[in-house]
Amino acid sequence: MNWLTNYVRPKIRTLLGRKDVPDNLWHKCPACEQMIFHLELAKNLRVCPNCGHHMRLPAKERLASLMDEGFATIELPAVPADPLHFRDQKRYADRLKAARAETELDDAIIVAHGTIGGQRAVVAVFAFDFMGGSMGTAVGEALVAAAKLAVLQEAALIAITASGGARMQEGALSLMQMPRTTIAVQIVKEAGLPYIVVLTDPTTGGVTASFAMLGDIHVAEPGAMIGFAGARVIEQTVREKLPEGFQRAEYLNEHGMVDIVARRAELRDTLSRLIGLLTEPAARRAARPSAEVLALPGISEG
Amino acid sequence: MRHFLDFEKPIAEIEGKIEELRHLPESPDMNISEEVERLSEKVDKLIRSTYAKLTPWQKTQVARHPGRPHAADVVAGLITEFVPLAGDRAFADDRAIIAGLGRFEGSAVAVLGTEKGAETEDRVAHNFGMARPEGYRKARRVIELAGRFGLPVLTFVDTPGAYPGIDAEARGQAEAIARAIEACLAAPVPVVSTIIGEGGSGGAIALAAADHVLMFEHAIYSVISPEGCASILWRDAALAETAAEALKLTAEDLKKLGLIDTIVPEPLGGAHRDPTAAIAALGKAVSTALAPLSGEPGARLVARRREKFLAMGRAAPAA
Repeated sequence: MNWLTNYVRPKIRTLLGRKDVPDNLWHKCPACEQMIFHLELAKNLRVCPNCGHHMRLPAKERLASLMDEGFATIELPAVPADPLHFRDQKRYADRLKAARAETELDDAIIVAHGTIGGQRAVVAVFAFDFMGGSMGTAVGEALVAAAKLAVLQEAALIAITASGGARMQEGALSLMQMPRTTIAVQIVKEAGLPYIVVLTDPTTGGVTASFAMLGDIHVAEPGAMIGFAGARVIEQTVREKLPEGFQRAEYLNEHGMVDIVARRAELRDTLSRLIGLLTEPAARRAARPSAEVLALPGISEG
Repeated sequence: MRHFLDFEKPIAEIEGKIEELRHLPESPDMNISEEVERLSEKVDKLIRSTYAKLTPWQKTQVARHPGRPHAADVVAGLITEFVPLAGDRAFADDRAIIAGLGRFEGSAVAVLGTEKGAETEDRVAHNFGMARPEGYRKARRVIELAGRFGLPVLTFVDTPGAYPGIDAEARGQAEAIARAIEACLAAPVPVVSTIIGEGGSGGAIALAAADHVLMFEHAIYSVISPEGCASILWRDAALAETAAEALKLTAEDLKKLGLIDTIVPEPLGGAHRDPTAAIAALGKAVSTALAPLSGEPGARLVARRREKFLAMGRAAPAA
């Protein structure tokens, strides 16, 4: 309460209180607590200009930051909604509706095709703000569609993950997305196309334990939480304090699970370079199995 | 000492009485054998009616019953010439997953099973059926071995889930599970999996991306435990019973959803009442599942397995 809300008459208040500017002009960095002006934060791809902390980047901004102009998103394949008629404190059908209204997305993933630094790519990016980026049938089906599109376009498949894991409201159907997305990866690999995973904060559970750990190359953003089990579950199970930096991108890099920890600003160049190297035309010709049988040295030699 | 579940109390009471009567000396006042027979009939009816309408939460308890046949029992009962195999060739042998070669109905097969262990010491050695990355990497190794030698792979799943530990995460639990799923899907040989007790999440599907998935009548198969689901979605682990209903984790539900292929009937009162009969029924069902797959070309098996998993969830389930 202040003098304005207390004493100014309602009509004047609406006049005075009218907002033609966004709510949050200033953001506080959750790591260093520095206040950052929203335009500067957007320009910096939601990385704190003071300490370099990578905040979560919404899926649409991610695509715009990564792909060259002219990329297009595809319509996600339709799947039966709420197959279990699941209801916890809210109905799953209502949760879906609310998430759709809030995010203007169909589900927790967007699939786009175009180029990254001139290299052809199909990009499947998770939307963490849609039910925690959880993976149900729609997400699994979108990844299968992305894989098929990559094969069709002879493009690399890039998966950018941000997910709490399986979508519990779809029960065992969400569990089945682990083999289903693994099949999607197999389709791309068999076509001889690169499959690169970009792990962002957070990537856990069934998403990590399927397609996200099957990349030809694993890239992770600095500080991203990446793991199978949640930290709380582990703490309750082993009853000891978790080590410093546990399940962070750098930790996975040290433990051999992630190739590169790349800052967000470097991501486009890193991906473009990797796709370029892996799809070198001459090398691809050499890798293709030929009818010619390789001459092996005979037993009598040497 | 027999282990009775909460809802089995009325059964336990009558069976207790029968036991008492059997130990009484014969007396002229009452005909003991007649009384025993009457009570036996009564308890039989009671077991039948109780087990005919188990709730998902009751099935969860039955699936976790300590007297239920474990993977090791199934292997002992169904596999001859069994040669156990150990190790992931990188770090360790994980006893939460048992592996080996042997013969099923006379033919050579590779076998994998998540094993919870029987007595306390044994349970610790098997880490209560919660595998670490080494376990999933051993599984992958054995699946690939089977593929190279044309041996069908039989898996028996009974796990609360993959082990959530610091060491497991450090050695890449997620990657190990993903690679095991990949190996199942890529195997150019028949893969037949049975959920014999608890099919707990990623730790279960790692060994169950199969051509044919069977499930014991009272087994459960779920993306998360009812307790875990309740504590996340209801913020109260005590509501596990409600969560068990919502998750659709029973064999019957999963068959309706098209996620499993065969339900293996259990002896009256659950597999723990007659493990030998349960294992025999399982053997028959696995044999039936394996028959049409044997002799199929590897490429066709792989292609069909893929189609099967890709089709899951695309159509609305039959009501």
